[in-house]
Amino acid sequence: MFWTVTKSLLSGLGTTFEIFILTLLFALPLGLLVGFCSMSKWKPLKYLTEVLVWIVRGTPLMLQLIIIFYGPGLWLGHNIWNGGEKGRITATVVAFVINYACYFSVIFRGGIEGVPVGQREAGQVLGMTKSQIFFKVTLLQMIKRVVPPMSNEVITLVKDTAIARIIAAYELTFAGYSFMKSAGITWPLFYTGVFYLIFVGILTLLFHFIERKLDYFR
Amino acid sequence: MAILEVNHIEKHFGNTEVLQDVSFSLEEGKALAIIGSSGSGKTTLLRCLNFLEVPDGGTISVKGEVLFDAARANKGRDAELRKKRLHFGMVFQAFHLFPQYTALQNVTLAKELLAKEQPDYKSRKNEILAEINEQGKDLLLQMGLEDRMEHYPHQLSGGQQQRVAIARALALKPDILCFDEPTSALDPELTGEVLRVIRELAEQKTTMIIVTHEMAFARDVADQIIFMDGGVIVEQGDARQVIEAPREERTRQFLTRYTQG
Ligand SMILES: Nc1ncnc2c1ncn2[C@@H]1O[C@H](COP(=O)(O)OP(=O)(O)O)[C@@H](O)[C@H]1O
Ligand SMILES: [Mg+2]
Repeated sequence: MFWTVTKSLLSGLGTTFEIFILTLLFALPLGLLVGFCSMSKWKPLKYLTEVLVWIVRGTPLMLQLIIIFYGPGLWLGHNIWNGGEKGRITATVVAFVINYACYFSVIFRGGIEGVPVGQREAGQVLGMTKSQIFFKVTLLQMIKRVVPPMSNEVITLVKDTAIARIIAAYELTFAGYSFMKSAGITWPLFYTGVFYLIFVGILTLLFHFIERKLDYFR
Repeated sequence: MAILEVNHIEKHFGNTEVLQDVSFSLEEGKALAIIGSSGSGKTTLLRCLNFLEVPDGGTISVKGEVLFDAARANKGRDAELRKKRLHFGMVFQAFHLFPQYTALQNVTLAKELLAKEQPDYKSRKNEILAEINEQGKDLLLQMGLEDRMEHYPHQLSGGQQQRVAIARALALKPDILCFDEPTSALDPELTGEVLRVIRELAEQKTTMIIVTHEMAFARDVADQIIFMDGGVIVEQGDARQVIEAPREERTRQFLTRYTQG
């Protein structure tokens, strides 16, 4: 039994990990883009972006996922996510990317605006180009500011992947839960928790390492 | 001939006139001090010289070359602007050292980046970088920081940080070095070490513009003094004369306020 459960949970973990990685992969650059839009000097773009971020951060991710997964089918008359497990994961990733990009954008914006203008001006009077200022002066200071809030979000993301269960994507929590339903046993639920703890534990160590690496300056 | 000529500079932010008809010139190797109460436009003037602000009127020329002319207000390409900026150096009130670099790296960074544009950079890379490094060390030595070269800014006192900032500005050998209240952010016991290096620079005939509230220092180190009030130059002249025998009533009032503490 233990082995059967482990195998199922590992398969669920695979899906969880897939959602996690794909979300990060797309939400990080998209978040940077959204962040830049929200700082745009062109007011319409700035306000539009701010409203979008407000809506996305102001409503439950679970609600967003339900709308994204079921909405197109009801509006268009056919399901764009083509039924199977793959479609469910894709829909999940799309919802997560939009949601997390908005959260990340706020963090990035804070990081960029947190670097004093004096840093950029010091670079300018030293004859540096815009890109030299960005890459040689601002970027690392921005990263340093962004890492602690980012580590919180990334750890939250690990646990948020369980939300995919609402559209019946077979991720880790669903895998553990299914044994309770089918065999009436609860220990797999705790075992599932251990999987999350290990996952989050590794990420915590990783972020500690990065923070320590950036500790040499203030 | 004057190395720097500033003519009829105007600058406003919205409806506030911050600089009005500011004109002065500076001879090579001379030091000019700018004094005046807070809000009189001193920082804005230095920022205009360093192209951190775009004046609304007037011209700025260095060595006879017109660097800025509001009448021909072409915004200029980035590359041109950068070249113009290099005529000036700037030491900020709040230092603005790059926190992620050591003192020495702060001094050498801009020069290294500029060197990449040299045609022979690829072939002589190591040689060039070694030269820049040596020059950086010399500058820090000159600033009395020989044992602080590998320190990061947060490991340095304010006075040491400001001296690194001065070395950083000197590394690009600007024609004119600007200081914006270089000691105002420092504890009183640390101002001396910074004023000392500026005094040494004056003795070596560095062309400088120094915005300062240290009246005695301005009198002793500067050749000329400009007193600004409300965005205009109220009085300019020989340093000793402006401090000791001001011609204008407003200068006199300002100085009495300062000497009385
Ligand atoms: N970026 C800005 N926007 C609006 N007003 C400014 C700006 N910078 C300076 N000012 C105004 O210009 C005036 C002169 O400022 P500043 O040049 O900093 O004076 P000082 O350095 O002599 O204290 C002040 O009234 C200040 O409020
Ligand atoms: Mg000022």
